[in-house]
Amino acid sequence: MSEVYLEILRSGINTTAQDCGRKHLYHIGITVSGAMDLRNHKLANALVANKTEEPSIEFAYQGPLLKLKNGKINFAITGDVAFKIVRKNSMVEEGKCYQNYLLESDDQLDIISTKKSVYGYLSVSGGFKFKKTWNSFSVNTKANIGPNNGKKYSIGEKIFIKNHENLKIKEKKINYTNPTNNLIRVLKGTNFNYFSNDSQNKFFKDEYLITNLTDRMGMRLKGSILENIKSTNIKSEGLIKGVVQVPADGNPIILLNDHGTIGGYPKIGVVISADLDRVAQLPPGTSIKFKEVSLVEAENLFKNYLSETNKYLNAIN
Amino acid sequence: MIKNISNLGDAAIYCDFGTEVNETINSEVIKYFNYLSDVIKERKIEGITNLTPSYNKLIISFDLGITNFSNIKKKIENLKIEDSKKQSSKKVKIPVCCDDKYGLDFKRLSEKLSLPKEEILKLYLDKEYFCYMTGFIAGMPFLGDLDKNIRCDRLETPRVKVPKGSVGITEQFANIYTFESPGGWNVIGSTPKKIFKKENINDPVLIKPGDKVIFYEITNEEYLNWNE
Repeated sequence: MSEVYLEILRSGINTTAQDCGRKHLYHIGITVSGAMDLRNHKLANALVANKTEEPSIEFAYQGPLLKLKNGKINFAITGDVAFKIVRKNSMVEEGKCYQNYLLESDDQLDIISTKKSVYGYLSVSGGFKFKKTWNSFSVNTKANIGPNNGKKYSIGEKIFIKNHENLKIKEKKINYTNPTNNLIRVLKGTNFNYFSNDSQNKFFKDEYLITNLTDRMGMRLKGSILENIKSTNIKSEGLIKGVVQVPADGNPIILLNDHGTIGGYPKIGVVISADLDRVAQLPPGTSIKFKEVSLVEAENLFKNYLSETNKYLNAIN
Repeated sequence: MIKNISNLGDAAIYCDFGTEVNETINSEVIKYFNYLSDVIKERKIEGITNLTPSYNKLIISFDLGITNFSNIKKKIENLKIEDSKKQSSKKVKIPVCCDDKYGLDFKRLSEKLSLPKEEILKLYLDKEYFCYMTGFIAGMPFLGDLDKNIRCDRLETPRVKVPKGSVGITEQFANIYTFESPGGWNVIGSTPKKIFKKENINDPVLIKPGDKVIFYEITNEEYLNWNE
């Protein structure tokens, strides 16, 4: 029997396989990777009756144009995404996120673009046929780890899908609106006191613009210069996703999934876990504001985030 | 000994072992790291997702859906670290070619240090280095300490792309760029040796914290014909 696969007719800008990320390897320099927007990754999987740990295809801004070969699948797309299905008889259907569709051999899926966000997710019933590396399906393009030799997809490549002939998937759909709020809640960083009083105040009061120098590694911001009165370098130490670090030029950088595991810039703050999906989805050109919360508040906000994610997952199942 | 424990965000713990960089403090960090790695394997503490040892800090990341700061902090404070397991440490020899096409920053270094290239190289090759940590990019070792006469600041403007294999120096430290990467260290040569091998699933990194490293010079011809 021939293998079922999606042929890539247009790769999109940054199309990779991702899952919930890679653990226990920071100490050798391998970062977490994984879906930038974990909730949307999980919802995409749930909509095609997959476990949330299955890999999905993540794309940024412009998505891929894909043609299904040798089979029949259900797929779902999540995020704030415009897409259409071009049936093999040339009929065109407008697609809606957060519901599943049937795709048949030689049908095309044209993921046109994300709208007021950066990342979108595609999952297929049965799941993609990838091998795990260090217990994760996530692509790490820096060290070329993960499916497709750890690289972004290019035109002409194939994404293989596990065979699942007898799988019958119910129609599944939910109403979900992506949050676009630009207030980012943070905890003070371990070097907060390296900055002048004036800069500490400005960090929480002024707006910061997300610049074009933004990718899966991090988000460079521009705004009031944060004046370091102690030292613009610290002895290199571990980093985590969400750290807001400030290099000598005084412009903050928010570290995201593919960040370096060690760094020597002072940390003024750390984005709370509950806001990480949302911050990753804010496109360049957006102005954001930081708000300080306490550790207890951050922990409670994460509980709310998780229970809301579960509420939607349960609504699908 | 951990001097202070604080939170780094809501899903990590920041263990501070001091501000100085030396083998004694670093060995303390590595001792905790090794002990905690075993604890995680034996599932004695749930929810830890990563351990990041560095010169004098240890960051413990955890899954906030499973545990939280005060839980993990209590467990770390109550740990009785046994010193029974001696750290395994090995000596690694790294070939480097320092021809001008690889040693991109000799001119800058010569000017800043007022030393000829030959002298810088001699002092660099004449030493056995200690690996403090690995990271930033996969497998990159942070080695020390350089001879006092060849210590120099980072480049004012970091390179967008440092070629894979480059060996660099800055302040008291030496490193190896295991992958092409942005970077601001002074590049003095390149090694053809593979430091990170993803094929070796169980042991992908050649140089580990606690290991000793010696650099030796090779010709460009040896570099180009390098075969492992």
